[in-house]
Amino acid sequence: MTETQNPPNSYRSQPDDRGHFGDFGGRYVAETLMPLVLDLEKHYTAAKADPAFSAEFDDLLEHYVGRPSPLYYAERLTEDVRTNAPEGKGAQIWFKRDELNHTGAHKINNCIGQILLAKRMGKTRIIAETGAGQHGVATATVCARFGLPCVIYMGARDMERQQPNVFRMKLLGAEVVGVESGARTLKDAMNEALRDWVANVHDTFYIIGTAAGPHPYPELVRDFQSVIGREARTQMMDRTGRLPDLLVAAIGGGSNAIGLFHPFLDDADVAMLGIEAAGEGLKKKHAASLAGGEPGILHGNKTYLLQDEDGQIDEAHSISAGLDYPGIGPEHSWLSDIGRVEYDSCTDEDALAAFQQLCRTEGIIPALEPSHAISAVVKRAAEMDQDKVILANLCGRGDKDIFTVADALGVKM
Amino acid sequence: MTRLSQSFASDRAALVAFITAGDGDTAANLDALVEGGADIIELGMPFTDPMADGPAIQLANLRSLAAGTKTADIFAIAKDFRVRHPNVPLILMGYANPMVRRGAQWFADACTDAGVDGIICVDIPAEEDDVLGPGLRNAGIANVRLATPTTDANRLPAVLEGATGFLYYVSVAGVTGKQQAAQASIEDAVAALKSQTDLPIAVGFGIRTPEQAAAVAKTADGVVVGSAIVEIIAEHGAGAAPHVRDYVKSLSSAIYNARK
Repeated sequence: MTETQNPPNSYRSQPDDRGHFGDFGGRYVAETLMPLVLDLEKHYTAAKADPAFSAEFDDLLEHYVGRPSPLYYAERLTEDVRTNAPEGKGAQIWFKRDELNHTGAHKINNCIGQILLAKRMGKTRIIAETGAGQHGVATATVCARFGLPCVIYMGARDMERQQPNVFRMKLLGAEVVGVESGARTLKDAMNEALRDWVANVHDTFYIIGTAAGPHPYPELVRDFQSVIGREARTQMMDRTGRLPDLLVAAIGGGSNAIGLFHPFLDDADVAMLGIEAAGEGLKKKHAASLAGGEPGILHGNKTYLLQDEDGQIDEAHSISAGLDYPGIGPEHSWLSDIGRVEYDSCTDEDALAAFQQLCRTEGIIPALEPSHAISAVVKRAAEMDQDKVILANLCGRGDKDIFTVADALGVKM
Repeated sequence: MTRLSQSFASDRAALVAFITAGDGDTAANLDALVEGGADIIELGMPFTDPMADGPAIQLANLRSLAAGTKTADIFAIAKDFRVRHPNVPLILMGYANPMVRRGAQWFADACTDAGVDGIICVDIPAEEDDVLGPGLRNAGIANVRLATPTTDANRLPAVLEGATGFLYYVSVAGVTGKQQAAQASIEDAVAALKSQTDLPIAVGFGIRTPEQAAAVAKTADGVVVGSAIVEIIAEHGAGAAPHVRDYVKSLSSAIYNARK
């Protein structure tokens, strides 16, 4: 697939009017959904041009979500890295603190944007899929806030390992439907949400949780999450007078990563690194679609997928339920193919180690998803000069994961 | 005249019968469909993530994959069918990823080689035709498009552009095998479609009794039945063929008499 291309004038002008990021993306949905997807695109285009829409979005982000989230220099983690790094090495580590948002993760940014769109389109019922439960909680939260009924599809296996989030969603008034098909995880929850949507197109809005799915979802989720990168860029300039040398973010579907990266894509001196979940290792069970997958079509878009030679989708595995998905957002597939963003992966074991390292050095309990990014940050920082700056997205807090971590560490609670 | 166009007679609707490849004794079940009077065969390509299907066909997909069905097996089934039944059209129905996995040209060639007459792909709408359509049409394989209750008059020309073989009208907004649409809405929809295209119109989703089939057969050029047959295969397993034949016979008889 490697072919030499001239770099585009801007890396920020995708997708094209058919929703394609290079060869990826698109609108691969059943005909029943096509008119709805086209209608959503029309409404989103109008909303983007409407100052009242962005004013309401910004207001809710400030007063309800608690934005802007802080930009934080992790001094003790940086020192910890320098202690073990070669002489003169150990880049400064900074975090964008999106785990301090209302509901504890970046997911709420997107849910605010989408529920405003749902309202604009006159939809009266909301559905969503969730893996770890963070997107489910964020969706249930905005539905409570706007008084709309809400059905969350969640794999039965994920419900078992994320009990606290299941209860949170119920407290918020959502109906949580356990999905028993397939491996009973995120992919199966998405299938079931699509089945609901196709049967309820007249009144239902599907709040997709990541920067994937049929156009215009990858674009609109990216745009709503780009508040992360826009804030971080301004904050970094204010605090240090310069741009970071390297951005790092964890990737399941990739919404927190694209939200951080996108506003920096045309800053040629800013390198970017996306971290997929390598699970038990890339030769064993994992969730690294770019590292171990090939292009294919699933859930409305063309993108890298874990699949066999017949195009059957493989089950993903990660200790982090939020990264446990066999695909990736189409814009990441494009950014990877053209080489603008580097992608690497991190195992369950390394993520667990980074999780504990951040707890002890900074007094921050991160979610298992950003723990994958933190592991990569620590490794890269040790190879970079001390005057270099790394900015990573701390996209979620770890309260939801303490049971999983205890289990993995052999601790009985 | 192609095998497919010949199968749409002028005096009655065609019966289009669906089963999932690799679920049960597929060769015997295909023969039972023909013996029972099916005019066109839809052979489902199993997929891990059949997101437009209801429980019956979802489970059939999973049973087939659990039994180890590969893409090569499906084409072998089609090829053997073509030898046994030289005149009965066979359509492959399924999802995009297994169809595009080895490239559009590979898929079109495999269809040609196996004597497949057409394909229906659930998740490639007209907007994404490039990924499969041109290769199929060049090879003379029908690219059957779907129209639904949400396909409005503005959109229909785009759906019809590049549609060949017949048009499959999905009579309910939903997944396969659930509720059936009201007869009046089907009649209106078929009339609206016929005013825009010369392609035969086959109607499906939720049709399971001979009475329902006969009612649809009064206006449509084809009646599609899937989940109800798949449920018989689920119930009877390897010995399903005689049950499939008898059930399909009840449908075809009802359709034969529908316009008399």
